[in-house]
Amino acid sequence: MIDTMTQYEPIIGLEIHAELMTNSKMFCSCQVVDSVQAEPNTAVCPVCLGMPGMLPVINRRAVEYAMRVALALNCAVQQHNIFARKNYFYPDLPKAYQLTQYELPIGLRGWLDIELEDGSTKRIRVRRVHMEEDTGKLTHLDRTAVAAEEGTLVDYNRSGVPLLEIVSEPDIHSGEEARAYAMKIRQILRYLGVNAGDLEKGVFRVEPNISIRPIGTTAFGKRTELKNLNSFKSLADGTAFEIARQTEVLNSGGQVVQETRGWHDTKRITFSQRSKEEAEDYRYFPEPDLPPLAISDAWIAAVKAALPELPDAKVQRYQADYGLSAYDARVLTEEKAVAEWFETAVSLSPSSPDPKTIANWIINNLFSLMNEHKQSIDAIRVTPAGLAELLELVERRAINNNTAKEVLAAMFTSGQSAPAIVQAQGLAQVSDEGAITAVIERTLDAHPDNVAAYLGGKERLIGFFVGQVMREMRGKADPAVVNRLLAAALAARK
Amino acid sequence: MDYLSLTEARDALRRGETSSTALTQAMLDRIVALDNDLQSYLTITDELALEQAAAADQRRANGEDGPLLGIPVAIKDIISVQGVPNTAGSKILEGFIPPYDAFVVQKLKEAGAVILGKTNTDEFAMGSSTENSAYVTTRNPWDLERVPGGSSGGSATAVSAQMAFAALGTDTGGSVRQPASLCGIVGLRPTYGRISRWGVVAFASSLDQVSMFGRTVADCTALFQATAGYDPRDSTSLDVPVPDFAAGLTGDIRGLRVGVPAEYFIEGIDQEVETAVRAAIAKLQELGAKIRPISLPHTRYALPVYYLIAPAEASANLARYDGVRYGPRLPGADMIDTVKKTRALFGPEVKRRIMLGTYVLSAGYYDEYYGRALKVRTLIKQDFLNAFEQVDVIACPTSPTTAFKIGERADDPLNMYLADIFTLSVNLSASCGLSVPCGFDSKGLPIGLQLIGNTLQEATILNAAYAYEQATGWHRQVPTLTVQD
Ligand SMILES: [Zn+2]
Repeated sequence: MIDTMTQYEPIIGLEIHAELMTNSKMFCSCQVVDSVQAEPNTAVCPVCLGMPGMLPVINRRAVEYAMRVALALNCAVQQHNIFARKNYFYPDLPKAYQLTQYELPIGLRGWLDIELEDGSTKRIRVRRVHMEEDTGKLTHLDRTAVAAEEGTLVDYNRSGVPLLEIVSEPDIHSGEEARAYAMKIRQILRYLGVNAGDLEKGVFRVEPNISIRPIGTTAFGKRTELKNLNSFKSLADGTAFEIARQTEVLNSGGQVVQETRGWHDTKRITFSQRSKEEAEDYRYFPEPDLPPLAISDAWIAAVKAALPELPDAKVQRYQADYGLSAYDARVLTEEKAVAEWFETAVSLSPSSPDPKTIANWIINNLFSLMNEHKQSIDAIRVTPAGLAELLELVERRAINNNTAKEVLAAMFTSGQSAPAIVQAQGLAQVSDEGAITAVIERTLDAHPDNVAAYLGGKERLIGFFVGQVMREMRGKADPAVVNRLLAAALAARK
Repeated sequence: MDYLSLTEARDALRRGETSSTALTQAMLDRIVALDNDLQSYLTITDELALEQAAAADQRRANGEDGPLLGIPVAIKDIISVQGVPNTAGSKILEGFIPPYDAFVVQKLKEAGAVILGKTNTDEFAMGSSTENSAYVTTRNPWDLERVPGGSSGGSATAVSAQMAFAALGTDTGGSVRQPASLCGIVGLRPTYGRISRWGVVAFASSLDQVSMFGRTVADCTALFQATAGYDPRDSTSLDVPVPDFAAGLTGDIRGLRVGVPAEYFIEGIDQEVETAVRAAIAKLQELGAKIRPISLPHTRYALPVYYLIAPAEASANLARYDGVRYGPRLPGADMIDTVKKTRALFGPEVKRRIMLGTYVLSAGYYDEYYGRALKVRTLIKQDFLNAFEQVDVIACPTSPTTAFKIGERADDPLNMYLADIFTLSVNLSASCGLSVPCGFDSKGLPIGLQLIGNTLQEATILNAAYAYEQATGWHRQVPTLTVQD
């Protein structure tokens, strides 16, 4: 059968759920704890257990965090906020309804620019940002091990933890774009100090809605919702898989079924998940236990004024003020802690070494040490002041670049200062021409064949001589002086 | 001691003529003697009561005083008392012991009141006769073959039969005013938000309000005063000053503008009830009030609106009773089956309202039912606001009939719902209301006069009721009960 394959356009929208890192839960005073580490059911109270007669009280800090996000994502912050009851039954939901903003969310009509792999940027519209509460967690035990009625355990530590849902418009067209968007959202949430961004622990959860349609058409196809994505790679791969799967289904004359599909992380495929109910009806209605939440202009203004500088603004400033490349600026601003580390180092070295040198040292040397030792910027023993001090030694030619790398490694493991290490290990650079000339002469005497070959035209042997001299001097010789004197000595033997 | 009112008992305590321990013991003795027949209490907290009485006596000996210090009261079994079972009249909460006090119970404890026990209620306060209790059938002290009204029928009977000096109930659609009327006592339903709902099992969250019974207006006022006030744990609680209500009971109602709504004297109202209420209104006029006719045009929608909003909210509020975290659990084949079996513990009226509420919130029906009900509720509210521009108090019957017989309406939910037809509007609006005894029918059954006031104007209706009570003395008539030895 001959068939011209239809070309399809993927249409993707992302729903992101992010737990807010407030001290207490959304509607009670229980502490928000690490739901992986804390003992089950130790951060619970009658309110978040849904006991009879208990009532919710809105956590204003959570509202403030939600407002930060809404503002950072360029949303219009809504002043009239209403929580609704979303009714559905599951034993991890103590009240059998979730309080969530339904018709009147805190943020509407925002946008976010993402950077694509080819270096271009693309604007993704954010439909809404709304507040809600998280559920508890169920653990299904092996039915053969225990009696059936004891077969499921429930931990309510997470019940009532403030949750933010960020819904994009269907402006995303590939798995890579989905990844870039989700990573950018996570980066911003971390900048705002409202979310730890940990996908594995489920404090940051991404669920794409994916459909495809023939290019040139406007009607949306049937969409599938993808769950269980516990890494950005899974998000990109799962989305790509789903696009390919739907394309295949349509091309082979089939129909895409509207359903929730799971991502199998080892098989790297999506699979149909049992839908909870046919066409779920959540019977939303306004929560009568909470009067409308009014957000004043003054409150919005105060939150806006206190927003930190966001990544895009930092990137622009690094390029404009520090002369960094766009790439370097992005790398340094990926994490707020790194950007702050960098900025501190720069502020401690007002003129020299210049920000570009500091940036290079962080990107080329410090990051590899951090990788090697699996340490984050907050954990390392090298301080911004320490790096500035080290680079000043290089600048003053007290040590050379290669030595400086060794010194940095020593600083990383010992926590000592650069001068202390240089002194203790006798690493100060030798610029004394007499001493260097003596070593050069000895080296040339020891390798008459190479000298002859060099003089005969094999000029790349210069590297060999430099290496020999540097080794003899344990790397401390000033490379510029070595190069100059070596060239002279060789010329003299012509 | 039998005929002491709360205020008289307090005066006796102040004069040192009696002690809280003696009052409490007398009440407990009376409960033992009478409650086998009347069935008003589900739990008698005798040990707690005697401990609290001893503590109150100690406080008084230390020079403390207060309007409720040492006064024994009863609590509807839907309001949490820490360490005491709270069933809400339902098998699904059988054996459930809350680890917290309701806000109102905290306030009562601080005031030094003595808690005698928990009183019977229609299951989850859904009913107008207390027959929907999963446990016992409470009797009306004026005629043991008749209902006390409901849902706070246990508290009403306990106060009427002097098995408590006063009692707390809840009023979602008339659940305190209607039984007060049927039992010949005073029942006050304060403005929504005047009293915290913290710790009160929810039926319909936007309508529920802790309310109270007393044998006199002053008694009821004392309990109201002690429990009113802002509570940051209830976001719907009103952060407003609480006046001295007792000081407001002057008995002077000269110039008070009293409105009589035509819509409340409808066909179907018991003739004797209408006669008694009209006579009571005439008495108010005699006392100096200015009577004028008013209109509350949306009155006829109150019943349907109520039976859309209350079940809708209830369907969500009651979904939590699944046996997973507390209460009985009936094991099934798996997790979901276990929950299904456990939920079968709900009684028929509760199931009916859960289904009704679920239906009216369903996709495709929301706008037609729940959404429209919210709009009409706004119109009903507006009716009252308009009326209160012309009058200070609205006077009307509390209940269209006197107490009906046990079983008479049990199988006829619609007829049962009509019992609250005159009280529902107060809950749907932002008003407050009370019922005060205004006579008896030819069978000797009490009749209640309902006085409705504007938002937070409890003082106005309490004083009007007080003036009427002092002028008529209906409260001095008490049911004749044979105390068993
Ligand atoms: Zn809690």
